[in-house]
This record gives sequence, structure tokens and C-alpha cells, in this order.
Amino acid sequence: MRLKYVVLPVVVVLAVSVLASLAGPPADTGTIEGKVTYTGTPPKMKPIDMSKEPICAKEHNPPELAQNVVTGPGNALQDVVVYISAGEPPSPAPSQAVRYDQKGCMYIPHVLPMQVDQPLQIYTDDPFSHNIHPVPKLNPEWNKSQLPGSPPIQTKWSEAEFIQVKCNIHPWMHGYFAVLKTSHYAVTDNNGSFSLKDLTPGKYTVTSWQEQYGTKSQEVTLAAGETKSITFTYKATPYLY
Amino acid sequence: MGKLFAVVLTIITLVSAGLIAAHVWWLPVDISTIGPRIDRQMDETMVATGVLFLSSQLILACFVWKFGDKRDGGKIKYFPGGSGPLIGFAIALVGIEILVLSFGGSKVWAAVYMTPPEPDALHVDVAAEQFAFYFRYAGPDGRFGVIHPERVRDGNGNYFGLDPANDVAARDDVIVGTLTVPVDRPILLTMHSKDMIHSFYVPELRMQQDILPGLTIPLHFTATQAGKYEIVCTQLCGLGHYSMRSFLEVLPPDQFDQWLKSQSGD
Repeated sequence: MRLKYVVLPVVVVLAVSVLASLAGPPADTGTIEGKVTYTGTPPKMKPIDMSKEPICAKEHNPPELAQNVVTGPGNALQDVVVYISAGEPPSPAPSQAVRYDQKGCMYIPHVLPMQVDQPLQIYTDDPFSHNIHPVPKLNPEWNKSQLPGSPPIQTKWSEAEFIQVKCNIHPWMHGYFAVLKTSHYAVTDNNGSFSLKDLTPGKYTVTSWQEQYGTKSQEVTLAAGETKSITFTYKATPYLY
Repeated sequence: MGKLFAVVLTIITLVSAGLIAAHVWWLPVDISTIGPRIDRQMDETMVATGVLFLSSQLILACFVWKFGDKRDGGKIKYFPGGSGPLIGFAIALVGIEILVLSFGGSKVWAAVYMTPPEPDALHVDVAAEQFAFYFRYAGPDGRFGVIHPERVRDGNGNYFGLDPANDVAARDDVIVGTLTVPVDRPILLTMHSKDMIHSFYVPELRMQQDILPGLTIPLHFTATQAGKYEIVCTQLCGLGHYSMRSFLEVLPPDQFDQWLKSQSGD
């Protein structure tokens, strides 16, 4: 007899949870979406010379282009981090780790967003050593060697900032860790598109960051259930340096 | 025991001299105009030191064989005057040899370091850093962009610290990771180090030159054989020193022109 008093509420709670998850986010949340573009002439990305590491040079034939400014159709800018920089309390760090790969003398992805204190795992797939060297300004700086077949480096960052990552053995390797306080972020795809979902109604500051052209911000007021479309436009210059 | 030592010493001496004389482990092929003179100097050095090495070791073996302690209680004999005159003789002999080799070698050394490059030499700028070499060509305008050390940034490939937005000459500079040169044309390298001491070594060119931060170090050569050769750093420069290398690619002149044109087009 007692068992049914225990089982019944559990079943009800589970059923409600499943239905809630199937129904998606609460109807009163909104979305900020849009596109990041450029005007002017962006620099032409040069092929990366990997002749120092013949295995990589062979793997990337024709050579990969540098990734400092990656453009897409319709003047789109790729690899731009768009995130909520103000208007919400800091989100707690998720326990799920983000993954960063060193493969064929490249960092994948080129820009990796994550939250403050979120576990970060850095893998190497290459049959030779790398020396990964993040260059933060607020967090402690380090560099670690990873031999072929080494287990991933487990780490995290406790201050929000954009951290350049380089390899002390292969000078052309570079990427970025975007360490953010918010859980609402996106990295633009080849169409320059982004989407920040599940935002409660309110006034937000939305910021975009591109490694060469820096940050831009704009205020967005979002009503319940609303989807707002915004655009960030950078002025591109033809010289990378 | 003394006689066994004499035999072992003789065997070691003859085998090691034989290996060198037979060029079992010798220099790789020579591909530079200065190479034959450097190799000749090397040969002369090896012969001169080899004669001294062989004679000293074999005389030592003979003396050990003949005058070793026979354990018969006999009186120990000395050269007249003791060991002093012998040491003086050895110092004079070796000193003369070193002086002769140095004077002979200085001519070859001066041909590399004290002689200016040919006026038509192709100028290539070299940047060495942990743990790679980068090479810069002037591009179609024939002029190098000015180097601004504070602008050096590996992340965007600005290994030389150029400022193309404000410096027109820098815009067409060609920067690559392999030293490509035409065969039979004098090449002038001007080398810089971004961080610490490195060394440019191409055994086939018979050239090895340290590169120090803060200095622009010139080096000139003419490659005589097309092919691909390894450039290695021979100064221990940190954790990745083992991986600090590049390649020298010597091309026929027409292929080189084509290559440079294709690089300039980017």
C-alpha cells in the first residue's frame, strides 16, 4: 500500500519533466539572432607554410589559408563570437567539458567559446610533439608540451577574457579561447549567422568579438517570446598586420 | 700487461685513422662554390693532425712495448735533461702546426666573411625564432619593407614585424618557410633572431653561422647543384630545438623565377 504513495508521485514528476523537455524552452523566452558582416576590403588570407613539419604540409595540400579573417558569402564574417555581455546574472559553470584539438598542425576549432570555470580538455592527434601556450592577460599564463599519444590536458579558466593560444613549436598555429561569463553565446558560421536562444525578457548588451577587428556592442530589449534580429558590421582593412 | 696495452693501443690507433682516411663517416656532398676550398682545408687539417696522432700513438706503443717495466729491478732510465725538453718540443710542434693551419684556413675564412657578396647577389632576409626559420624576399618592387620589432606577431604571420598599411615597400614582400634559391647565383642572407641564439647550418653548403638577437648577420654563398637540403639549428635554443629546421631548395633559374612570381601573386 505504501509503495503506491511513493511510486505515483515519482511517475508524475518524471512525466511532467519529460513533457516539459519535449515542449522546449518556456514560451516566455526570446531569441536574439542575426549576422556579422564587413564593409571595405578584408585582407587576402595567405596559404600557411607548414614545410617545417612535412607530415602537416602533406596533409594540407593545397595548403590551408590563415584564419585571422574568414569571410563568407554576402560579406559575412566567420568565427566571430557573439555573446550577452550585460543584462543577466553570471551563469553557473557547466560541468560538461569543452574540447580543443590539435590536428595536422591546426587548432580545431579556431575559436573555442566556453564559460568561466568550465572544464577544458586539450587533445593532440598528431604523431609529433606540440607545446600549447595560451597567452592570457588576466588568468595565469602557462605552456605545456604534449607528446604524441599523451592524454588530454585538463584545465579551466577562472577569469573571463579572450586568450590567444599558440604553439611554441609550430609558429603558424594560433587560435583563441573565448572565456565568457554568460551561457548565451555563439560563434558565427560561414554565413556570419548567430543565434542566442532562451533569453528571458529584458534589456541586454550584445557584444561581438573578432580577433582582428575587436569588439562591438549594442543594446537589445527583448519582450516575452520575441525574436529580434540584429547585425554587427565591421570595417575591414586590406592589411592583416 | 704492458705489451698487451701496446697492442691494443696500436689497433685502436690504426682502426680509427683508417676509418677517417677511408671517409667512412664523412661530409655530405658539397654544393657550394666555397665548398672545395673548405674541404681541402679540412683534408689538410686531417692529414696534419692525423700524422701527429698516428706518430704520437705509435711511438707511445713502441716505447711501452720496448721499455715497459720488466719487473727485474732494473734502474729507470730517462732522456737526457728529463721530460722538460720533450714537453717543449711537443708544444713547439703542435703550436707550429696550429699556426700553419690557421694561416692557411684564414684565407678560406676570409673568402666567406671578409669578402663582400657579388653585386648581383639575391638578397634574402632571414628571421630565426623558437623554433622555425622564415625567409623574406623583396618582391616585385625590389625593396624590403622596414622591420618594426614591436609589430612582430606570429599569430597573424607577421614574423618580420612589417607595417604594410603604412609602408608601401612591405606590401609585396614574400615571406615563406623554405629558403628557395636559384642555382649558380650568389645569395646574400641577412639574418636576425627574434628571441635567442640560433644557428643556420647547411652541411652541403659547408656553412654554419650563429644568429644572435640584436644583430643583423650577413652570410653569402652560391649553390652549384639543384636539389633539396636540410637547414638545421645547431644552437640549443629551448624545448623544441630538435624540431627547428627548414629546407634549402635550389632550383634552376627559370624555375626559381617562376616560383618567385607565383609567391608574389598571392
